[in-house]
Amino acid sequence: MSPEQPYVNLYQANRDSLIAVSPKVMNTLRDEAINVFAQKGFPSRKVEAYRYIDVPQAFEGKDSYAMPQPTLPLSAAQQGVITLNDEVLLNKYYAKAADNEDAITALNTAFSHECICIHLGKNQVLDRPIELTDMFASEEDQMEHKRILIVLEEGASASIMLRYAANNKTHILTTQVVEVFVGDNARLELYELEETHTSFTRFNNVYLQLGRYANVKHNNITLFNGLTRNTIKATLAGEFSEVTLNGCVMADKSQVVDNNTLIRHEVPNCTSHELYKYVVDEQSVGAFAGKVYVAEGAQKTVSEEVNQNICASDDARMYTQPMLEIYADDVKCSHGSTVGKLDDMALFYMRQRGIPLAEARMLLMQAFVGQVIDEIPIAPLRDRLHIMIEQRLKGELDKCVGCARCK
Amino acid sequence: MLEIKNLHARVEGKEILKGVDLTIRDGEIHALMGTNGAGKSTLSNVIVGNPKYEVTEGSITFNGKDLLAMTPEQRSHEGVFMSFQLPVEIPGVSMTNFMRAAVNARREALGQEPLKSTDFLKLMRDTQKLVDIDKKLVSRSVNEGFSGGEKKRNEIFQMAMLQPTFCILDETDSGLDVDALRVVAEGFNRLRTTQTSALVITHYQRLLDYIRPDFIHVLLEGRIVKTAGAELAKEIEDRGFDWIKE
Repeated sequence: MSPEQPYVNLYQANRDSLIAVSPKVMNTLRDEAINVFAQKGFPSRKVEAYRYIDVPQAFEGKDSYAMPQPTLPLSAAQQGVITLNDEVLLNKYYAKAADNEDAITALNTAFSHECICIHLGKNQVLDRPIELTDMFASEEDQMEHKRILIVLEEGASASIMLRYAANNKTHILTTQVVEVFVGDNARLELYELEETHTSFTRFNNVYLQLGRYANVKHNNITLFNGLTRNTIKATLAGEFSEVTLNGCVMADKSQVVDNNTLIRHEVPNCTSHELYKYVVDEQSVGAFAGKVYVAEGAQKTVSEEVNQNICASDDARMYTQPMLEIYADDVKCSHGSTVGKLDDMALFYMRQRGIPLAEARMLLMQAFVGQVIDEIPIAPLRDRLHIMIEQRLKGELDKCVGCARCK
Repeated sequence: MLEIKNLHARVEGKEILKGVDLTIRDGEIHALMGTNGAGKSTLSNVIVGNPKYEVTEGSITFNGKDLLAMTPEQRSHEGVFMSFQLPVEIPGVSMTNFMRAAVNARREALGQEPLKSTDFLKLMRDTQKLVDIDKKLVSRSVNEGFSGGEKKRNEIFQMAMLQPTFCILDETDSGLDVDALRVVAEGFNRLRTTQTSALVITHYQRLLDYIRPDFIHVLLEGRIVKTAGAELAKEIEDRGFDWIKE
């Protein structure tokens, strides 16, 4: 049997119950999505964007994981900024950015049964950040396919954190598709923070669409995980828009973190920034592939991309692949990547002052990824992340920080 | 305090120290002079346990304990401090976090409770005043973007924070103008107690005008070839090292 077949079978078995509870627009796309998925199959290592992880293996045997029985949303807030299954919004935006080109997205479109919607109207400004915590608390091995739609109309402004946490150590497989539409002059800070567990397999596809003068800062922080693949696609579709894709990764044990980003400059006069920093320790594997695509005619594009990594042990591996693809002649683009070790001289200097080796290593790693955290504009979040990174390095991040359930 | 016997050491496969004997008693200041490549920095790095240097023969005892069996951090906790010739820049690690880690690690090794945050910050402030270092430097990352003089002053600041009993000043005078040199030397003198010993490594007499040594040793080709009183510095300044070789 092909690696895809168990998931196609699973779909057939659950199709009716999915359709019974889901919004119409989600149902109309299902059958086509599963067909595309079956036809394309899981991306193999031969697919350029997936060369650093073994996707079929990541899904193998997990089709037996329990799928939460879809139920009709009952008490979810149906007013305010956050809603579930806002049909008007879904009709306009659902699957408009996330197409079936990526087989994981197709799989997600086939299986999703509800969509969390965050909608800000024209010129609506949220003065406080929103945090959505996805707390996996299943007692049995579980599979989930999550869908989030974020729409900021013209001139709107928001800061949103999507946090992925684990309450216990059962095996979890998730796919998630996040579609984000940021209108003209709108501004969004979007944070994604993963602090799950080694028993997690997460595929997360994020699509960002920017209008004229739109500004998006995406921060992608992986503190604790099992196998994680983040695919971030940002499309600068309106002139004078600006996107920042930042991220940091702390990995050890046999954790795998693969971040694949694509920034598409479709029109002139847009700016993009990218800074990703990894510390991979023990037997962990980090991968970063970042492509900046400048379309024909997208003149006056300014883009800078930096990826810096530390392999803190001899067994840790880091793959990095910065890419520029440019079809315009009046642009300013740079990209660079480094992989190094912890600075021996700095370690010795600290030890001479009495700081034990383990703590000296920790201070250096913390300082290294701290640069990404320092760029976060929300001061309390910045402080909390610094503390979380410190706890992570001390091995104290088994519990989620500040979470009442885990105390 | 410090007793070095027949010390042989190499770095990157090359033998640099070829049988060094040196005894430093409580409260004594010893100066170590010698040509470039004679092994002065190798000796200081071996004493503090830099892992790049390999001891092939001989022993170092410190207050009766086998120093060579200790990690660099344990040596530090025993009271050994080196002012680096080239202090290392550590971007992203604040001086405060760095010193807090150092002070508390030492306290832990000595069986003391870690300092409370307020007490630690007060110690930082008081020490700043004592060694006359700019408050701004202490609020930055360790040595990052510091001038040569600022780095050396920062070494003295760290020395004041950690209160070692044995200090190595490894070419503390290199890259310093006369005024900066005086400030750093005076800082060191102020911190000294009658028990503090030091090994002062230098090319020049200049530093020894401020830090008066009890003994001067000349290290040439991996061995101490001459030991005399403070007056030797003047002679070396006038005549160089060649006459000692002969």
